[in-house]
Amino acid sequence: MQFELNDVGITRENKVIISNINLAITKGDYLTIIGPSGSGKSTILKVMASLTDPTSGLIKYNGQNILTLNPINYRREVSYCVQQPTLFGDTVRDNLAFPFQIRKIKFDVTKAETLLQEAHMDASYLDHPIENLSGGERQRIALLRNIIFKPQVLLLDEVTTGLDYENKAIIHNLIQQMNVDHQTTIIQITHDETEITQAKQIIEVNDGHLVTGGHA
Amino acid sequence: MGIAVNNQSLFYVALLVLIALFIAWREKLGLDRDMIIAIIRAVIQLVIVGYVLRYIIQLDQLWVTLIIATLIIFNASYNAMKRSALKSFKISLAAIGIGTIITLSGLILAGAIKLVPFQIIPITGMIASNAMIAVGLCFKTMDQAFKDQRQQVIEKLTLGADLKDATLPIIRMSIKTAMQPTIDGAKTVGIVSLPGMMSGLIFAGIDPVRAIKYQIMVTFMLISTASIASFIAAYLGYRKYFNTRKQLKSMN
Repeated sequence: MQFELNDVGITRENKVIISNINLAITKGDYLTIIGPSGSGKSTILKVMASLTDPTSGLIKYNGQNILTLNPINYRREVSYCVQQPTLFGDTVRDNLAFPFQIRKIKFDVTKAETLLQEAHMDASYLDHPIENLSGGERQRIALLRNIIFKPQVLLLDEVTTGLDYENKAIIHNLIQQMNVDHQTTIIQITHDETEITQAKQIIEVNDGHLVTGGHA
Repeated sequence: MGIAVNNQSLFYVALLVLIALFIAWREKLGLDRDMIIAIIRAVIQLVIVGYVLRYIIQLDQLWVTLIIATLIIFNASYNAMKRSALKSFKISLAAIGIGTIITLSGLILAGAIKLVPFQIIPITGMIASNAMIAVGLCFKTMDQAFKDQRQQVIEKLTLGADLKDATLPIIRMSIKTAMQPTIDGAKTVGIVSLPGMMSGLIFAGIDPVRAIKYQIMVTFMLISTASIASFIAAYLGYRKYFNTRKQLKSMN
């Protein structure tokens, strides 16, 4: 089992955000989380991304309690991508170079250009100022930052919300490729009807609880 | 010497305050009370400081001088700390203390000033107050930047960035903003303002060409202090915005 969530809950200032979340995820799974806004979907992803810790329960990654793992190395394996991401610096290059910079590795331009092409952007995009990018392009660049070093798990928080058909298709393709070619586990939150219809495994969250899916 | 401030002339000059009070009263600024308190405080504080300094300078004991210098540093650190949401006295003290000690030691080693109370105490005051302003600005900028750039910092963390990599633009901006007033001051010195040290010496009848040498020394020491203090404050401060699990704390 790659991920195990056992009775995970978060309570803040006497308010229950999520509770009794039980999930078992195997490497290569493609899981879709649905549910109304404010139901706690994003919180589940944030806990799995180690951006916040559960106040009860236990999360295991490859059999180890994630609280005992080095958060930096863990986040490089379990990568979280948000809706309406913030791009860094001035150009696309600044963004694709960032994952190299934090690993103290020289920026691999060829690798970046190949990825850009897979995301339907040519090599000239590297020096595009970020303020000239469209919403869809921004989202694609942000996703490329997450996948340039091929994480084990990709946590996607409504990454296609508000995008047109073409941009959605490009992003779906990139995610699909990660899942099929690299056995990357995908856990996505979505409100998109098409994504929900095409989903293999669905879990529904309502009012901080799992309604369907997962394991009791 | 042409300096002739005596009690009688001070009394006449005090009448100028009445003009300020009259304006405040007429325009209903609501400042009358504040202004009276400020004036009384200023007079009392300065009278006490005057007598204390006279005593210390006459005493001419190194340990007393060092105690006074330490008090100045502690006071500056406490005031700078109040500017920060972190409320860390330790960081404030480290930044202002080290900044002041390094600059002061440099001045003594270079032979610019001597280890005597009438030189050490005023210079320590100038250095520490400049460090206090720099550190206060550094803290304030950092607080604001962690609010404004919260999303960006989180996204960097999600990519597996270490705290320093996730915060570097904020660290740089905080140091830069903290140093800006000192650099701007240095640029306009002598053109816009005739600063305290130089004006004081000229006032006391010293040749302006000699007086500027002191002002040049002050400019150098203020730039050095501002950079050391804000560098230490920024690098010790940014970690406090995260918990031990390298997660950004929620700031309210």
